[in-house]
Amino acid sequence: MSKQHPQKQDAILSLDAIIKDFPGVRALSEVSLQLYPGSVTALIGENGAGKSTVVKILTGIYQPDGGQIVIDGTPTRLATPHRAAQLGITAIHQETVLFDDLSVAENIFIGHAPKTRWGLVDWSAMNANAQSLLDRIGAPISPKARLRDLGIANKHLVAIARALSIDARVVIMDEPTAALSHKEIQELYLLVEQLKADGKAILFISHKFDEIFQIADYFTVFRDGQPAGEGLISDTNSSALVEMMVGRSVDGVFPPRANELGETIMRVEGYSHPTEFDDISFSLKRGEILGFYGLVGAGRSECMHALFGITRPSAGTMVINNKTVVPTSPADAIAHGLVYVPEDRGGQGAITALPIVDNIALASLTSTSNKGFVKMAKEYALAREYTQRLELKAAALDQNVSELSGGNQQKVVIAKWLATRPAVIILDEPTKGIDIGSKAAVHAFMRELAAQGLAVIMVSSEIPEIIGMSDRIIVMREGRRVAQVSGEVVTPEILVKAAAGIDEANAA
Amino acid sequence: MTLLTKRDALLGCALLALLALVYTRFPAFVSAKSLLGVFNDTSILIILALGQMAVILTRCIDLSMAANLALVGMCTAMVNAAFPGVPVPLLVVMAIIIGSLLGSINGLLVWKLDIPPIVVTLGTLTIFRGLIFLLSNGQWVNAHEMSAEYKALPRFDLIGLPVLSWAAIVIVAFMVVLLNRTAMGRAFYAVGGNPSAAIYTGIDVGRTRFNAFALSGAVSGLAGYLWVSRYAVAYVDIASGFELDVIAACVIGGISIAGGMGSVAGAVMGALFLGVIKNALPVVNISPFWQQAISGAAIIIAVVFNARSERRVGRIILKQAEST
Repeated sequence: MSKQHPQKQDAILSLDAIIKDFPGVRALSEVSLQLYPGSVTALIGENGAGKSTVVKILTGIYQPDGGQIVIDGTPTRLATPHRAAQLGITAIHQETVLFDDLSVAENIFIGHAPKTRWGLVDWSAMNANAQSLLDRIGAPISPKARLRDLGIANKHLVAIARALSIDARVVIMDEPTAALSHKEIQELYLLVEQLKADGKAILFISHKFDEIFQIADYFTVFRDGQPAGEGLISDTNSSALVEMMVGRSVDGVFPPRANELGETIMRVEGYSHPTEFDDISFSLKRGEILGFYGLVGAGRSECMHALFGITRPSAGTMVINNKTVVPTSPADAIAHGLVYVPEDRGGQGAITALPIVDNIALASLTSTSNKGFVKMAKEYALAREYTQRLELKAAALDQNVSELSGGNQQKVVIAKWLATRPAVIILDEPTKGIDIGSKAAVHAFMRELAAQGLAVIMVSSEIPEIIGMSDRIIVMREGRRVAQVSGEVVTPEILVKAAAGIDEANAA
Repeated sequence: MTLLTKRDALLGCALLALLALVYTRFPAFVSAKSLLGVFNDTSILIILALGQMAVILTRCIDLSMAANLALVGMCTAMVNAAFPGVPVPLLVVMAIIIGSLLGSINGLLVWKLDIPPIVVTLGTLTIFRGLIFLLSNGQWVNAHEMSAEYKALPRFDLIGLPVLSWAAIVIVAFMVVLLNRTAMGRAFYAVGGNPSAAIYTGIDVGRTRFNAFALSGAVSGLAGYLWVSRYAVAYVDIASGFELDVIAACVIGGISIAGGMGSVAGAVMGALFLGVIKNALPVVNISPFWQQAISGAAIIIAVVFNARSERRVGRIILKQAEST
């Protein structure tokens, strides 16, 4: 599949110098992107590079603050998602966004269902049309099946059938393979070839280089919301792409590493799960920050959930504080000195409608209560101690957490866990979605926690953060530990190659 | 779309079992005539439950239905008392229009101001009741002030069934078509099932919810006329608390409070279930005080039945695990 250098006027759709601002952040800074009929363009970039913002602009969810969208040579405004769909732009998302409780046929046709003479939904025509679309893509699914009962791969097939049904001209695939098995991915490739043969323009977003080289014709790289390169896939190689993705210096903005580490406090041997991860082993010393890097869906958080007792491993042991335990519940893990600060602060961390003091005392209710009654003075003393330690900026301890900034909310969550006096703290994406100033503060106190003798496990997908903060980094891919690198010698290239499975980097 | 789901079949069996239980104690209850009477008595609940169902499907709730009913009922009664010459069918049309306007207020507040529906309808519930007081000065409109035609319509016998029963049957048929066969009806399911996916599909979530509230207002208005003419009295507190029966009928009928799931058949059977309990308990000599406890137990049992297994399904990340 060798392609010529593209001519811009051949593009079905192009983005010209698009700018998108969010409060305090410029998410996209004059980025451009062309999509050509019968071709796959890969959009490549780290987390936070602006890929999903582009998808939202293309599907009419966001409006750009500058630049223009050109469709068939005409500048066009995609004012609503409905307008984008009318113009034949459709997206297939990583976690399929369809309707679980509706039938397959209805998922394909909702919004443009065939009608009878009286303007009513024609179910038999809808089922028949759905059947022929599903046959066309070779999907072994009944149109009458309920979507909830299908696996993720079949849900993707339904999304593709939907794209065909609205006669889409531009198909956006946002990490479509993230949740698919190897065999399902091969089947998806065949479908992509079919879409290409039908003359669709495809935007393919993926972190996996083998996929990109297998199916893409062109590539566009973003870095921190800025254009970082574009061209023909056949003219490039993975090293050059990695260079474009991460090409920047990452030192200088992180606090210095601690000089010496204490004794080993935690040792994990052969932790395994039937479907999520396999044979994870590592050890951790007092005062150490151990980074876990990998692509989204590599099994890092799942492994942490098992360590914390949320799920149960099928094999493996953990030694913490010289005691061998396999936590059966989070309470059990906390009792043994291990705490986990989840990624999703709103959903799993802070109770934002409650005051700071209640949030901090929540995990320590047994130590602040007497005969079942909570002692408020003890709660306040506890909250005061830890807010001071973390330099939390708040008007008063009885201020609601919802009124705090993202960085300070994160501090409240961490303070809650620190108040249980743990030996090991797991931070899952500790700075995701918080502003740059708060990030620096979170980094500084992570370092301080380590200096106080706490052992820290940090799960992060941000390369500068993982390199700048970690004393040691473990890379996971597809549920396995694929590399361990010392923080002194690590480079972005080593991490990206190990996480993406580019062979020469697997030596570590 | 199949009209009867497995859940509906189960509920049908429960309803039959309930009737069988009553039969063992009081066989005469399970006669065609008596059962038609129960249906007639449950008609208003059925009508309201179907309106509430549309709202619940979109992940909202309408607490103001009974207050809307009372306000519209008072309006029709006062117009009838003041102008006995206005034809009753015109009053019915007026009731539906006023009801849907009141429902549209809920819909607009939910749509444009993005206020949680439970708060909006709690507010309008109180406002509607207050408006009745202002309109009527707290006075009752009694039977002797209403015209004979006004009171006769719901009882008028049409091919063996009173018009009240026919009203419920027409609304049931209307809702079956609306929910299963129109783009608007399917949008109710889509919006409640997955609001963010609905946006990507080009469905306007706010407008869809507005439609549902306007619809529930319209059926509340219709029920307002039916209620007042049937009981031949209008005052501030009629149907007070009835919105909870309506929601109970929906829950028993398997309408998911989380939105996106439920059938007309389910809502109708949920309402009939409550209707049978209400009508049967007195004849089998069970204290009416037990009625509420039994209704309450039925709600909880229904919810337990409806609770889907929320077990977290692990992701398949390992290649070796993919063959299964």
